Amino acid sequence: MNRKLVTMAMVTTALATSGAFAQDVTLTIESWRNDDLVLWQEKIIPAFEAAHPGIKVKFSPTAPTEYNAALNSKLDAGSAGDIITCRPFDTSLALFEAGHLVDLADMEAMSNFSDVAKSAWQTDDSKASFCVPMASVIHGFIYNKDAFKELGVEVPTTEAEFFAVLDKFKEDGSYIPMAMGTNDQWEAATMGYNNIGPNYWKGESGRAALIAGAQKLTDAPWVQPYATLARWGEYLGDGYEAQTYPDSQNLFTLGRAAIYPAGSWEIAGFNAQADFEMGAFKPPVRNAGDTCYISDHTDIGIGMNAATPNPEAAKTFLAWVASPEFADIFGNSVPGFFPLSNAPVELEDPLAKEFVSWRGECESTIRSTYQILSRGTPNLETETWGASVAAIKGTETPEALGQKLQEGLASWYAPHQ
Amino acid sequence: MSKPRFRWHIVVFLAPAVLIYTAVMIFPLFNTLRLALYSKIDQERIFVGLANFYTLFGDPHWADQFWNALGNNFWFFLIHMLVQNPIGIILAAILSHPRLRFAAFYRSAIFIPTILSFVIVGFAWKLILSPIWGIAPSMLDAIGLKSLYAPWLGKEDYALTTLALISVWQFVGIPMMLIYAALLSIPDEILEAGEIDGITGISAFWKIKLPLILPSIGIISILTFVGNFNAFDLIYAAQGALAGPDFSTDILGTFMYRTFFGFQLQLGDPYLGSAIASAMFAIILVGVCIYLFGIQTRMRRYQL
Repeated sequence: MNRKLVTMAMVTTALATSGAFAQDVTLTIESWRNDDLVLWQEKIIPAFEAAHPGIKVKFSPTAPTEYNAALNSKLDAGSAGDIITCRPFDTSLALFEAGHLVDLADMEAMSNFSDVAKSAWQTDDSKASFCVPMASVIHGFIYNKDAFKELGVEVPTTEAEFFAVLDKFKEDGSYIPMAMGTNDQWEAATMGYNNIGPNYWKGESGRAALIAGAQKLTDAPWVQPYATLARWGEYLGDGYEAQTYPDSQNLFTLGRAAIYPAGSWEIAGFNAQADFEMGAFKPPVRNAGDTCYISDHTDIGIGMNAATPNPEAAKTFLAWVASPEFADIFGNSVPGFFPLSNAPVELEDPLAKEFVSWRGECESTIRSTYQILSRGTPNLETETWGASVAAIKGTETPEALGQKLQEGLASWYAPHQ
Repeated sequence: MSKPRFRWHIVVFLAPAVLIYTAVMIFPLFNTLRLALYSKIDQERIFVGLANFYTLFGDPHWADQFWNALGNNFWFFLIHMLVQNPIGIILAAILSHPRLRFAAFYRSAIFIPTILSFVIVGFAWKLILSPIWGIAPSMLDAIGLKSLYAPWLGKEDYALTTLALISVWQFVGIPMMLIYAALLSIPDEILEAGEIDGITGISAFWKIKLPLILPSIGIISILTFVGNFNAFDLIYAAQGALAGPDFSTDILGTFMYRTFFGFQLQLGDPYLGSAIASAMFAIILVGVCIYLFGIQTRMRRYQL
């Protein structure tokens, strides 16, 4: 009796699944944004599926640090999903050159994006575009408003004020002044060096000069950020050397730290975790009245696996991702990832609004190491992680770090030889 | 006289192991060695001879990383030899003591970490030692030794030793079990004969038991060597592929992984990765040969 029931249940399930497969095309999305899984499943995918019956979408993320390696292996083995979430610049360029991504330049919806937005997913001559720009992230600092009120400190706008605030928190002792660790290394470079750096090298002009070889990593604008980072060490929590990225996030959202050097991608997670009011301030300028520069980094694109069995459905999906409708849903359901589409999007989240408002006040740039400069070995991005950690720990002088990075870059990059 | 029959059963019994071993071990091994001689230029695989090895040992950037990883690997091995194996032998000697109570319980308790996954071990120890949530700082604090605490996994000077000791904690059960088995196989008559000659207690261990378990210690050493030079999992689980801080915990396995599969903006290079894997293979081969021909053949064996 029991067994009969089980068999019947199994047969029914099998029939139901095969029935569903027979008519629908299922697209699988490869991504590193496992934090967004719920948002995709509950908001983005239902919106797409409602408008496009017959296409089912499955979001299947990998851990961020493993994404590139896992994706490469899957593509080579032919087991990757239909839709590929694209890292900016060379990682995706290599995939395109290896024939894994399709040229989308002739897709009509690509006209919804500015050239700067598209530049992260184009060949060097800008002829082929292989990913639809999806989102950028903005760097800055998120702070605990309650803690600031408690100590009666104002939001800092200059570097001197910034360190004065940190000193106050350190003196008071009830909060860790700044939540960051060096264990995972990338925070020190991404939320440290590339967060405050654009104010030193004057954003795009410095970045372009570095790529052209007119400036060197031993020049003051590229070395001074390390000197500033070296001062951060004393304001980080006890044992910050072994503090991991999730540790820092938890320290801040538990209300134990006052300031969190951030990327806007933290907003969604922090809104869910923290039960105090949060605010954000942009990287403090060096002297009052200086032009401010922010890192507004093209971070996520989305492209199509050349080997997909469902190219039509995949193109339909990409066209939808390029539409203003997606920009609106995405911008508001994943606050902190700012749509790159030209269509104006009204954001609702106050913290996200604060971040995006800097686009109007400051000059935008992208992370210095991402375009072209990380093409060779030693890899400038990875080296910058190590250098930023060394600066914070004080194991090497800023000048020695600049020297080491410059030598590494010059060993393979012609404009610096 | 009849012709000796061909013994088919030997082939039949060997076949499954030979086939599976060839498919999952021998073929990939030789294919990796072959891959090390190629490179990808303009999307095409080209035979480049030993160029990958020239890069690995000639280019200062790669050579520095290689020697750093190799040096760390030797330190990792040394800690195992100096800590894991002596402790394993001591534990086995204590366990084989006939008057020890709850011996079976201790044996299981000490062996259990060995069957845990690296990921669990790495993560658990990371939490135990964490300066923020860990119990290590509060335990030291409770006995007034807080000043001895340091964020060990985050300090260049201590991280590798800490990880090696975690690995020792995990694997000390293996030498313990092997030595324990060897100790149990020593016949009581020999020990009794020794007792009559006045050799008891500690001196019985040094003069009778230790010489008899030396071959087992040799096997354990070579297993430790091979295991350590192939190690990767624990470092990757605890410190990530970058083997921080500042590559101080980078061993050949993590170096190979980073090169082969790429890391963050660094694209993977399976060919150079294979060259590193080949170098690892050569190192292990040399080590095993030194043991087999240099040590094992000279070891005195006693007929029990």
